[in-house]
Amino acid sequence: MNHTQTAAPSPGFADPVQDSQRAFRGLLDAIARPGTIVRLDAAVSAPAPLSAAAAAALLTLVDFETPLWIDGAAATPEVLAWIRFHCGAPITTEPAAARFALVTDTVAMPPLDAFCQGDDSYPDRSATLLVAVEGLEARNGFRLTGPGIEDEARLAVEGLPPGFIAAWGRNRAGFPCGVDLFLTCGDRVAALPRSTRLEV
Amino acid sequence: MYVAVKGGEAAIANAERLLAEKRRGDPAVPELSTAQIEQQLGLAVDRVMTEGSLYDRELAALALKQACGDQLEAVFLLRAFRTTLPRFGASEPIDTARMQVERRISATFKDLPGGQVLGPSFDYTHRLLDFSLLATGGEPPPPAPLGEAEPESMPHVLAMLDREGLIESEIDRRPDAPVPDITRDPMTFPADRAARLQGLARGDEGFLLALGYSVQRGYGRNHPFAGEIRFGAVEVEFVPEELGFAVSLGDVAVTECEMINQFKGSATEPPQFTRGYGLAFGHCERKTMAMALVDRALRARELGEEIDSPAQDEEFVLYHADNVEASGFVQHLKLPHYVDFQAELVLVRGMRRAAEAAAQRARPLAVAAGEE
Amino acid sequence: MDGYNFAYLDEQTKRMIRRAILKAVAIPGYQVPFASREMPLPYGWGTGGIQVTAAIIGLADTLKVIDQGADDTTNAVSIRRFFARTTGVATTERTADATIIQTRHRIPERSLRADQIIVFQVPIPEPLRWLEPRETETRKMHALSEYGAMHVKLYEDVARHGRIATAYDYPVMVGGRYLMRPSPIPKFDNPKLDRSPALQLFGAGREKRIYAVPPHTEVYSLDFEDHPFEVQKWEQACALCGAGDSFLDEVIVDDRGGRIFVCSDSDHCGERRAAGHVGAQPDALGQPADKVAP
Repeated sequence: MNHTQTAAPSPGFADPVQDSQRAFRGLLDAIARPGTIVRLDAAVSAPAPLSAAAAAALLTLVDFETPLWIDGAAATPEVLAWIRFHCGAPITTEPAAARFALVTDTVAMPPLDAFCQGDDSYPDRSATLLVAVEGLEARNGFRLTGPGIEDEARLAVEGLPPGFIAAWGRNRAGFPCGVDLFLTCGDRVAALPRSTRLEV
Repeated sequence: MYVAVKGGEAAIANAERLLAEKRRGDPAVPELSTAQIEQQLGLAVDRVMTEGSLYDRELAALALKQACGDQLEAVFLLRAFRTTLPRFGASEPIDTARMQVERRISATFKDLPGGQVLGPSFDYTHRLLDFSLLATGGEPPPPAPLGEAEPESMPHVLAMLDREGLIESEIDRRPDAPVPDITRDPMTFPADRAARLQGLARGDEGFLLALGYSVQRGYGRNHPFAGEIRFGAVEVEFVPEELGFAVSLGDVAVTECEMINQFKGSATEPPQFTRGYGLAFGHCERKTMAMALVDRALRARELGEEIDSPAQDEEFVLYHADNVEASGFVQHLKLPHYVDFQAELVLVRGMRRAAEAAAQRARPLAVAAGEE
Repeated sequence: MDGYNFAYLDEQTKRMIRRAILKAVAIPGYQVPFASREMPLPYGWGTGGIQVTAAIIGLADTLKVIDQGADDTTNAVSIRRFFARTTGVATTERTADATIIQTRHRIPERSLRADQIIVFQVPIPEPLRWLEPRETETRKMHALSEYGAMHVKLYEDVARHGRIATAYDYPVMVGGRYLMRPSPIPKFDNPKLDRSPALQLFGAGREKRIYAVPPHTEVYSLDFEDHPFEVQKWEQACALCGAGDSFLDEVIVDDRGGRIFVCSDSDHCGERRAAGHVGAQPDALGQPADKVAP
């Protein structure tokens, strides 16, 4: 932990066992039904710029076994201390070495293929990205098709980097390899697994 | 018969009560204490600890008591408990050269520094039932005379060969890489030697014994000599992150076997002996010897040997060595399978009908009619 | 249960399994290796399904456990009791009331809904295992989508028997990419896998694999143009409820070859009888009255 810090990290889940179970079911629902927006509404007081949803996802999925990459905007001493204290995750500066990545500034975001893609034998070894966006609406916006979607789903996302559609198309084309995304906005989250096709 | 399959809660509870009664046996006979098991059935305890991957003599004795002496069931009980334990980190590697030796023998040298120490062993006992043990309550046996073993002067036999360059050096080729833990990460193939040795150490003694035996009989022969077998206590040390130096956690008893195997050499390597290694909790020489034979056989790929025998096939050996997995899967055949069996019945009846119809068509009409 | 965490597994283990489940959902039909733990029930008796259920279950859930389609088979009772003891969550025998259904060898007759998750217990997850025993080889075959060997095997069946001689654990293609074993369900249940509104999770404990079929995902049972996939049919109807379209168990009732057929899905049969459907021999098995009550 950072010894220049005086204050103890702010609390994580009030009830780690039940809160992480509920958050996980939210994340599972989101990735099983791409385009669906779920709320991760357990009370978490994470330091800015961590959103409630991103904090809940970190507490639920990340630990000492999962190297985590954090973008410059989020790598404040408070956030780092909070993650070390609650998750114990090793922080990596190499996007390709991360199992999870936390993106809070999408403009400066590394390209999707800078993160681990998995390989044809082990496509599950790819990274999962938690990407903070400015707006998330389950209507208008992108047209989503693929596994988990009955006919099509609609998802409007504000704050994705320019060229995202093309980058996602390349990610989709690499299936079964590729990264999976959780888009977080406040306490809400939607998922884009690698299997989802995205059209404007 | 329908009721027998559809048991329900009451039937399960009754089965547990019957088992408890069976376990206790005749109440006129004094109940066995775990201390008695620990002390007087010590080798059973050792095997359960080794294959249960948990060094705790009392809990292993408890598992044996609870399992009515069924070793595999006891191993399973211990494993299911072990899996719930928090882990604080990995200990420092134990140093068997610093073992408090109780027994140490070498089959490759008549005498050697530190000497041959027979220690407690069945080896040269005549296997005659000792009817005096039928009686209990007698005097304990008189203490055996102490040997003159000096553990400090008991170097490893193979280290002596190593100094001459006659045997391959056992060096950690990636000292900074974390040691894999097959209980935390599923095994992937090809498996590295550390993962293989973990699988063998947890592996079923009977399975390894049969495989080791098959190696000796020519299925992947590797010309083994028992270089050294030693048994005794070693200290376990741990470096807590906050202290930064090693502290002792206590002693564990282990058996170690180092096999010396022939190797003819290759284009790049001069002729040199190679190694097979076995290590187990407690006193388990048969297990560690079998393990060392199989370890060496599994090194066939690394040593450029032809792989044509079961003991050399790492997927075959490592996927089938675990007796908790094997016992569960073999015994799951006891569970109802009547849905799948019904599906097969429908299929076989349909196929037989089709075959009969085809036979009918092929036969002259009169004969077919005559059979009706 | 004192001394053990909610749902038995420690939180770190749950996180590890949860990560594997998310990847499994993201790659439909692909078998994700996971660090399967020893459970207090034997390997081969549902430890994979139990670990998946333990990782997803919460206080808001209602759990149903079936084995061979029935809630009252001993292993189903044992697993349901395990979760009742370790979680305290509500359990049910009614398919309609369950949020999580753990199953061995069947999919309930009643169509599953989007708010339900079905967890399959899987003994051997690898669909190519009988054709190629080596993991190193089958992994390559999946990587390259090289499934010709399976088609050859099925075609050999057709050549020899005039039909595909696989009655259960019938191979399927998931999302057009991965060959998958649906676990030993009868092929009768295969159509229920296809585009199900429910999330389908598969856990193989001893083999240390988790895989998934997300909702609304195509699951195609392999076949040939001249030998299309078809499911089992019975000439009989259920002796208890008269259902003519459910999977039937054959029950031998005497030692002179007497037999009756009854629904394998005990809840489905009970629901039908409660609704007034009656088969030819409604009292053949002396079903307790509470099974018939609504």
